[in-house]
Amino acid sequence: MSQRRQFLQSAAALAVYAALPSLAFAQEAAKIGFVYVSPIGDAGWTFQHDEGRKELEKALGNKIQTKYVENVAEGADAERVIREFAASGHKVVFATSFGYMNYVERVARQFPNVTFLHATGYKSGKNFGNYNARFYEGRYLNGVIAGKMTKSSVLGYVAAFPIPEVLQGINAFTLGAKSVNPKAEVRVIWTNAWYDPGKEREAAMTLISQGADMLTQHTDSTAVVQAAEEKGVYAFGYHSDMAKYGPKAQLTATTHHWGAFYTKTVQDVLAGSWKPASIWGGFKDGMIRLAPLNPAIPTDVKVLVSELEGKLKAGSFHPFTGPVVDQSGKERLAQGAVMDDLTLGKMDYFVQGVASRLPTAR
Amino acid sequence: MDASLFTSMLFATVVAGTPLIIVALGLLVNEKAGVLNLGAEGMMAMGAVAAFAVTHHSGSPWLGVLAGILAGAAVSVLFGFLVLTLQANQVASGLALAIFGVGLSAFIGKPYESIALPAVPAIRIPFIADIPLIGEALYNQQALVYLSWALFWSVVWFLYRSRAGLVLRAVGESPASAHAIGHPVLRIRYLAVLFGGAMAGLGGAFLSVFYTPMWVEGMVAGRGWIALALVVFATWRPLRVMVGAYLFGGVMITQLFIQGSGLQIDFPSQFLSSLPYWATIVVLVAISRNANAIRLNSPISLGKPYRPDA
Amino acid sequence: MLRLEPRAQASRLMSYLSPLLAAVLTLVAGLAVFAALGKDPLEGLRLFLGYPLKDLYGISELLLKATPLMLCAIGLAVGFRANVWNIGAEGQFMLGAVGATGVALYFHESESALVLPLMVLAGATAGAAWAAIPALLKTRFNANEILVSLMLVYVAQLFVSWLVFGPWKDPEGFNFPQTAMFGNAALMPVLLEGTRLHFGLVLAIVALIAGHVFMNRSYTGFKMRVAGEAGEAARYAGFSARRMIWIGLLTGGAAAGLAGMSEVAGPMGQLTDKVSLGYGFAAIIVAFVGRLHPLGIALASLLMALLYIGGEQVQQYMNLPSSISLVFQGLLLFFLLGADVFIHYRLRFGRATA
Repeated sequence: MSQRRQFLQSAAALAVYAALPSLAFAQEAAKIGFVYVSPIGDAGWTFQHDEGRKELEKALGNKIQTKYVENVAEGADAERVIREFAASGHKVVFATSFGYMNYVERVARQFPNVTFLHATGYKSGKNFGNYNARFYEGRYLNGVIAGKMTKSSVLGYVAAFPIPEVLQGINAFTLGAKSVNPKAEVRVIWTNAWYDPGKEREAAMTLISQGADMLTQHTDSTAVVQAAEEKGVYAFGYHSDMAKYGPKAQLTATTHHWGAFYTKTVQDVLAGSWKPASIWGGFKDGMIRLAPLNPAIPTDVKVLVSELEGKLKAGSFHPFTGPVVDQSGKERLAQGAVMDDLTLGKMDYFVQGVASRLPTAR
Repeated sequence: MDASLFTSMLFATVVAGTPLIIVALGLLVNEKAGVLNLGAEGMMAMGAVAAFAVTHHSGSPWLGVLAGILAGAAVSVLFGFLVLTLQANQVASGLALAIFGVGLSAFIGKPYESIALPAVPAIRIPFIADIPLIGEALYNQQALVYLSWALFWSVVWFLYRSRAGLVLRAVGESPASAHAIGHPVLRIRYLAVLFGGAMAGLGGAFLSVFYTPMWVEGMVAGRGWIALALVVFATWRPLRVMVGAYLFGGVMITQLFIQGSGLQIDFPSQFLSSLPYWATIVVLVAISRNANAIRLNSPISLGKPYRPDA
Repeated sequence: MLRLEPRAQASRLMSYLSPLLAAVLTLVAGLAVFAALGKDPLEGLRLFLGYPLKDLYGISELLLKATPLMLCAIGLAVGFRANVWNIGAEGQFMLGAVGATGVALYFHESESALVLPLMVLAGATAGAAWAAIPALLKTRFNANEILVSLMLVYVAQLFVSWLVFGPWKDPEGFNFPQTAMFGNAALMPVLLEGTRLHFGLVLAIVALIAGHVFMNRSYTGFKMRVAGEAGEAARYAGFSARRMIWIGLLTGGAAAGLAGMSEVAGPMGQLTDKVSLGYGFAAIIVAFVGRLHPLGIALASLLMALLYIGGEQVQQYMNLPSSISLVFQGLLLFFLLGADVFIHYRLRFGRATA
């Protein structure tokens, strides 16, 4: 009840401001907070979120004011940082990493008038939504290119941790490659760290020396693309367009775009029309894109990729369409069926075609 | 295992071992003079960030290397002042330096985070690089790899063949008697600390300019500590430092090769990643259990403060 | 010319004043750093010191942050006094968290009031067990405890990572690296309604008192102090070096384990691979700044907690990187070690007369 009243009040306040444009300068800009898990840097996960924040600033101008804290560890301290945003009058708080989820949930309960959005998690609440992108769609297309262009049929994948998002990516990449090249196999090296360029580079070099001529990574630095450039093999960027780190090596990249989502969310909150939701956007929603294709890609492959991209956008094709068979030969999805989001979100296996074994602890 | 795989593993092992050799040899000289500096991690971090920044602005990796050396030496002076002039506890001062260096480097390095530098090309030594199996791995390397070998020979020569080295060891064995026969104990220890700092800075520069040409907070990732461990398990002997560093590098690389080989092993990657640390412990134990070897080679006054006028 | 002249007797006054002097010097250096960065030093100071003291919630956060530091540091102090250099409290902290989590997950459905005490026991035991490895290797094989305990930090981190990605992964957690949230019986009671301050603080205070009694009132504590101050004398007196090593490391491990337990059962409510935020390492500074003395450690923990939270504040409001906290921590320890020289020496002008 009280929440409703407050909502009405703020809606009324908004109406007043809208009616008095000449007073706009006196209007206090709505404060929006961003919590980042790593340094913003020049590429990578947090960099793309910060690009989104800048887009938001550009789109809404002086109606809003954004603030961010970078490099916030996903431990108990995160709750204090998130709470401080809420307590100091921020209207919307975006927490951009999985590990913040339970802390966001707790703070959201204490601050019912603040809207919280959490990236890549699965929980939500009255004033608490989550959002993510269908990165695997881009991965599938990368896989198709890799499968078509590889000479050794060995594809290298440097990955941080076996969480569903990463496994979806590896599996989609593998399925894409196998769809055009049944001989292709994907080898995975885990770095056990999101951000450790030294290890990422070593892993990339190892894969190259073991015959991989196509590399990609699900870690946060540009080290893998750089290693590929140095050794004269091809690579696919991730998070952001890494072409400047590997102008010859990068064939394309699966890039993340949060700006439109951030703008829309903040607009909705300010207008009072925001509703908690679990957003999972792909090519169709513009949340992911492919970086410009490298001229080295043959025309027929380019055509194939743009056809598939069109189908993904139209929703007439899903990378995880049955049969999906895991490494042990077990059928995970029947012929012709399309994997639903819940099952996708819980992925914990490698598909056939991944040469490395996913260590199962159970 | 086919030949090219062996070559690339050897290559990667040599690269991974190089920063450890450089830093550990510096610390070895440092400790031979009787001063224990646990701040290697911080000095490496400072060297790495300074080298990166200067390389980025000047475009010259060699100016960067110089900056790394200077930065490592500069922070080691802080440590030297505390433990030599002010007689502070060496363990605590070293830890303070480790924390301070890691923090300050992260702070200074903020604007440089994930800017990439162009890779520095390797130097191929004609003829011997053509030796099958090992040629490509050993003689088509970064300049600093060759430098680490030169450093090894210099340290061996200095410690065991030169008069200055003899004095330095005497200072580490018994500062009081060294003082009695007229050696400037504090000055020699300062120089040793400076050398340790400079080499740690050089090791850091190798990481940020040659190894992964980028700067990231925390990129030293424990290598400073491992270098300290190396000195102990080499029982303060340069050759063993060298062997130990390559051994450690080898273990680190092997676990990556096992993962990348596509071998069907059901072994959690975390356990593979922890192998280098277990290996360090095991070797440390194997060496230390021979108390005589330690006693024979370790500088007797290591870690103990000495004041000539006390 | 300035020079140092040995005092006939260590100055008691200076040993109390030197931490204060160090704190003041750190403050001055801090103001200089802010000014050098073109930020308003007073504003920086206000953010560093203001937030925690602005309201009850701020104070509760300060105490919350200080709790694991106190626990780790008092345990370390016992060993440090006897020159047992356990610098792997970080790993023992993680193992303590693992031990406690094991209990919490095993009795997940239980409402029993015994779950929490059992977690305390398991946390302390697991921490001590992890510290027993360097103790065993030191006493049996003479392996340097500094390096062994440190290597085990990396191993512990990977072990936690394996657990939360593998066997202990929350089955309902969409395959993310975390355990299930603990049941209510496995959570520390909150001390102050509406805050995160929990019973762990009481445990920390008990540990401080116990540490005081052990170090200053017990014969073993006395022996350890003698061993630390004059190793030779202790050996002549027949004190067993092995026992000192075992006691020093096990106490440190148990206390760090307890700290880990109080983190998972306190503000986290589950185990993730981000359980440790460097408490084990920061506690080394706390132990030294606190003069290896329980009351000093309590104060030093608060000071360190202030530095951490202040670091977050200047990041949030001045856009300075949070690593500034580490810089100040390092400076604090530097200044302390430097100021300590006045305990044994006095500053004189002019040349030596002797």
